[in-house]
Amino acid sequence: MENNVTIDRGILDRKTKIKRFFVKNMVTIMFIILSYIGFHYSGLSVPFFMSELITRFARNGFLVLALIIPVMAGMGLNFAIVLGAMAGQMGIIMVVHWGITGVPGVLLCVLLSTPLAIIFGFLTGKLLNKTKGQEMITSLILGFFANGIYQFIFLILVGSVIPMVNEEMILSSGVGLRVTIALNDTIRYALDDVWRFSFIHTVLIATIIFLIIYAVKLYKMKKGETADAPTDKSKTYFNLGVVVALLAVTLGVMFSESRINDLQVPMITFAIIGVLCLFTYFLSKTKLGQDLRTVGQDRHIAKVSGINSDGIRVLAIVLSTLLAAYGQIIYLQNLGTLSTYGSHEQVGMFAIAALLIGGASVTKATIGQAVLGTILFHTLFIVSPLAGRNLFGDAQLGEYFRAFVAYGVIGLSLAMHAWKKYLQSKDELGM
Amino acid sequence: MTEKAMSFSTAWKSFYAKAGLPRIVIGVFFIFLNIVSIVIGISFGSLMTDVIIRALMNMILVLAMVPGIRSGIGLNFGLPLGILCGLLGGVISIELDFTGAMGFLMAILIAIPFAIIVGIAYGWLLNRVKGSEMMVATYVGFSAVSLMSIGWMLLPLNAPEMAWPMGMGVRTTISLEGRFNHILNDFWRFPTGDMDLSFGGFEIPTGLILFVSFMLFVMWVINRSKMGIAMKTVGANPKFATASGLNVNFYRMFGTVLSTVFGAIGILVYAQSFGFLQLYLAPMFMGFAAVAGVLIGGANVRDANISHVIIGTFLFQGLLVIALPVANNIMTLGSLAEITRLVVSNGIILYALTQVTGGD
Amino acid sequence: METANFVLQMKGIGKEYYGTRVLENININLAPGEIHAVLGENGAGKSTLMNILFGMSVIHSTGGFEGEVLINGESANIKSPVEAMEAGIGMVHQEFMLIPEYTITENIKLNREITKPNIFSRLISNKLETLDRIEMNKDAKKALKTLDLNIEEWIKIAGLPVGYMQFVEIAREIDKSNLKVLVFDEPTAVLTESEASNLLDAMRTISSKGIAILFITHRLDEVMEVADNMTVLRDGKLVGVRKKEETSIDELAEMMVGRKINKVEKGTNTIDESVYKLELKNFSVDMPGEKIKGMDLKVRKGEIIGIGGLAGQGKIGVANGVAGLYPSKGEVLIDGTPLPLNNPKESINRRIAFVSEDRRAVGLLLDIGIDMNIAVTAMQNKGGFLKHYGIFSQQDTKAIKEHAEKMRKELDIRCTGVDQPTRRLSGGNQQKVCIARALTLEPEILFVSEPTRGIDVGAKKLVLDTLVKLNQEKGMTIVMTSSELGELRSVCDRIAIINEGKLEGILSPDDSDKDYGLMMAGNYSKKANSGGEVE
Repeated sequence: MENNVTIDRGILDRKTKIKRFFVKNMVTIMFIILSYIGFHYSGLSVPFFMSELITRFARNGFLVLALIIPVMAGMGLNFAIVLGAMAGQMGIIMVVHWGITGVPGVLLCVLLSTPLAIIFGFLTGKLLNKTKGQEMITSLILGFFANGIYQFIFLILVGSVIPMVNEEMILSSGVGLRVTIALNDTIRYALDDVWRFSFIHTVLIATIIFLIIYAVKLYKMKKGETADAPTDKSKTYFNLGVVVALLAVTLGVMFSESRINDLQVPMITFAIIGVLCLFTYFLSKTKLGQDLRTVGQDRHIAKVSGINSDGIRVLAIVLSTLLAAYGQIIYLQNLGTLSTYGSHEQVGMFAIAALLIGGASVTKATIGQAVLGTILFHTLFIVSPLAGRNLFGDAQLGEYFRAFVAYGVIGLSLAMHAWKKYLQSKDELGM
Repeated sequence: MTEKAMSFSTAWKSFYAKAGLPRIVIGVFFIFLNIVSIVIGISFGSLMTDVIIRALMNMILVLAMVPGIRSGIGLNFGLPLGILCGLLGGVISIELDFTGAMGFLMAILIAIPFAIIVGIAYGWLLNRVKGSEMMVATYVGFSAVSLMSIGWMLLPLNAPEMAWPMGMGVRTTISLEGRFNHILNDFWRFPTGDMDLSFGGFEIPTGLILFVSFMLFVMWVINRSKMGIAMKTVGANPKFATASGLNVNFYRMFGTVLSTVFGAIGILVYAQSFGFLQLYLAPMFMGFAAVAGVLIGGANVRDANISHVIIGTFLFQGLLVIALPVANNIMTLGSLAEITRLVVSNGIILYALTQVTGGD
Repeated sequence: METANFVLQMKGIGKEYYGTRVLENININLAPGEIHAVLGENGAGKSTLMNILFGMSVIHSTGGFEGEVLINGESANIKSPVEAMEAGIGMVHQEFMLIPEYTITENIKLNREITKPNIFSRLISNKLETLDRIEMNKDAKKALKTLDLNIEEWIKIAGLPVGYMQFVEIAREIDKSNLKVLVFDEPTAVLTESEASNLLDAMRTISSKGIAILFITHRLDEVMEVADNMTVLRDGKLVGVRKKEETSIDELAEMMVGRKINKVEKGTNTIDESVYKLELKNFSVDMPGEKIKGMDLKVRKGEIIGIGGLAGQGKIGVANGVAGLYPSKGEVLIDGTPLPLNNPKESINRRIAFVSEDRRAVGLLLDIGIDMNIAVTAMQNKGGFLKHYGIFSQQDTKAIKEHAEKMRKELDIRCTGVDQPTRRLSGGNQQKVCIARALTLEPEILFVSEPTRGIDVGAKKLVLDTLVKLNQEKGMTIVMTSSELGELRSVCDRIAIINEGKLEGILSPDDSDKDYGLMMAGNYSKKANSGGEVE
């Protein structure tokens, strides 16, 4: 039989390739430009900006990464990570009440929030299995609903039905928790302060590690020992290029007088985020990861091939909720104040906006996109009030603008995804 | 079991199947709160007045859900778009220095063209995201509210009650005192403030009742017109509608525009009763309350009619109105009404979502 | 015969759905390396038989089946497709079970990935074992090579030609080491001629390795080319088993179709031989799964013409195209003047009414009352049932009700009242509502598709009688599409058979079963072209 297929991949001309790259990464590129303009008009110095960014990245990175697994499983953006954040906060409230401080306090938070997050995640997963095709709106509304229950518990039951005596935490009436709870004396910076290390050296070490990884990968490819398609080569070259450039910049900064050299990073927090990246990467290479993806691609085929698709979906949400709980603990130990009824509210939206700005979509999200998105989104967060004040004489304007950006990017991304889906279904039905 | 008991149990079952657990729970809770409020001696008359006014001032916003659902776009979480148009109408009416009934009327007349234009654009978008309308609509609403927040700051408005004495932009809340505050509520109010008591504080806001009834009647007429029936057909079964020679996208857009226009009028009716125009982030979650209202009345994602609006609004707003003094009397906790609102409104929406397809 | 010689035996298989018998005492024996064809019209019971073999839940949730399935002589109790897979039965699906975004390897190894353990998998669960992509690629390569398929295993499915997708499906099945029986479900339906011939070659290759093949199809020439034995089913019964050497296309065609025909009591209708009411010229319809690719047909005024053919050949597309529901090309003439295409409203205005084959999805507003279902199309297109108040119009509730009552009486619609939602009606009554709606448009040409699908015997007769009555009393031209040949032959004046999107030929109801069989299988014109005798 003569069955030769010529595949047109890899032989596109350069112009089309570049055009495709821009179209595909339009949102991200737009935000890079926007961030740059914002930074320019904010009048911030580079070192100050960098230190802000490091703090915010350490705070939020974990939460953004918690979204990746449900996307893999085809469940879209999990707005219900709000429930995970609540589980994390419940852990913190108990730990603060008992007055356990430092690293043991954080570890106890993790321990306490784990079973809660698993239960919340399980229930969320079950609910989402009942509303297939409408997972996102369900998870969004579920977040609001859970917020009501949460308020009911901590505003009304605590102190009246659930016995709790703590002058600092309970409202003067004896019922309900205070609106803000300071974490200064308990777990603030518990993780961050374990080990702070020079920022620029951290970057240097990280880039060298990546340099080695990519070099090894290229070497293997040359010898033909990998399972990847040969077309992946150019991507590896691109990544290698980025790493080399980063290395050059790092070395340049190191030998300059810049105050960036004085910056420090909370190593443990960064290490935890790094471990989560590795975990997500590892998961995607396992059988479980493949099952998640298969369910995400086509529930029906997954089912016919013997994969328990409902079970996999619940598992994906449980994992995401669990990670969100830990993410919220990391977030609050850095922030230092728990806004009892507000800290969790915006968690889902901000994390999702960050992920989308990094170039992710409802159906595809990678670790790189999460990291890049977190950086870009929080750049915008840092610079927009200042840029707003400098440009229009009102910081409030910048804040509205950044709220618009967060909502707008989610709306745009959802609409584009829905449009694509609609066009596909139209093709199939011929309507 | 005796025959009577049997027939009662089947009647109960069919009622249960029709109403659904959440609505029965809400209904029972509502009745329970009513009884408690009487037992603990809250002035029943004034409480009922509050219930009526609160229900009526919200009713047109809830009514705006009807054309959306009937035309097949589902629960219109994008209602803030219409609300923004209404607010814009109100603000412009004040800027042009209209007062009283004229102010209210002009606000509506100015708001409607905005609402039609916005509705067409919004309908165009919804026709391109079929199957995911609700999620897209939610975020379109959120984005529009935050974008308009920037707009409120930049609008060149000078009327003294709107502009900040210094700085830029419009105030967060604009008092309607001297404009069209209570223009409907106080029209033929009966009995008037001086001669009450005999009714135990009970008052009838005749103007509000008349206006809301008129809007309900308008919707009723639309639903029974040729276009209204075409819209309903499109929403009930787009394939059937196509085969019957109807332009599905046109009627979906028609429904969306109607919903947006009613949203615009609805917020003005709400505002005249509330006494303030609430700008900036205030409209963000108003869509959810309207969605919850119509669902509690017995509507679902596919079908809604005017009786659902009336029942739902009275039940939902009544619940919130009564919960407040009752809670205050029992536990002196201010936030119970807010918590009830969160749990009830989002609970009923979740319930409606699980009823859409029930998985595969 | 000795049991142990057969890799698969289905003994005395029978099945009832809700009291309706769909399969009765079917026996199939399959030896290793044998290619065995299962032939039959739509509704003959082929798919039910396969559902039983694969333990589909639709069988077990409706009370199981009668008889026994033996694998290698041992009774096998297969309760799910996964168990069928474990027992060594594989299927090449008609609709591909492939994930477009996955590579060929990933699709071949779907849920059978090769993994290697790591620390986490040892500690927590073997689900965390890492995929061994290098080994997976090797296996995929091997399976592709067996099929002589020269294609890289790391290519994604998206963008592959349809023929290759089919081969990837087959590669997945033969990669299963325990594969004993492979079922091909209408595998050539979507393929081009050269792709189909490649597929037949591949089937031979596979069978030469000792794997038995069950080949479900209606293409008789392919059967004669590749199958060793064939089993013919009709109306859920086994008609016969033939060896290739002992039979001919003609015999198989006759076995597939043959049936008694119950002529409906019919007066005479007046057909105007001189006038064509409807003409299709080079008419194409892009309806997925039922494409029409350029056909000509002339319909006389006052006749009932039937459109028949096997599923997927395009017969359903004709009416849907004329009604304007799916993108069409070509020319449609009504009374000699052209009809603008792709415009349902225009079709209705030209007095065409269409009763869809998909009653619940297209034909009805399920949650709305019978009365409005009947009236709405006429209201929207002809302005009926409306009261006018200046520029406003309101529905004329009384007229709608009265009309519905009239229709209820005329068509004997059984309901609790004309405001009853159509969802709660039985299939037959739903169909009558659809017909009532079409009649309310006062059409000159009535298209009815699958008018008796899913309705009980009594209602069937009533629906067919109604059509005949309309034809005779009102002189309505009727175009009736149906999968049930017997039904067409009992009602129609002429029957057009569609094959591969084209008109295969027109037969009279009294023509022989053989001719019908050959035409449906697409062998009629081939035979005529090769100089064979045509009766």
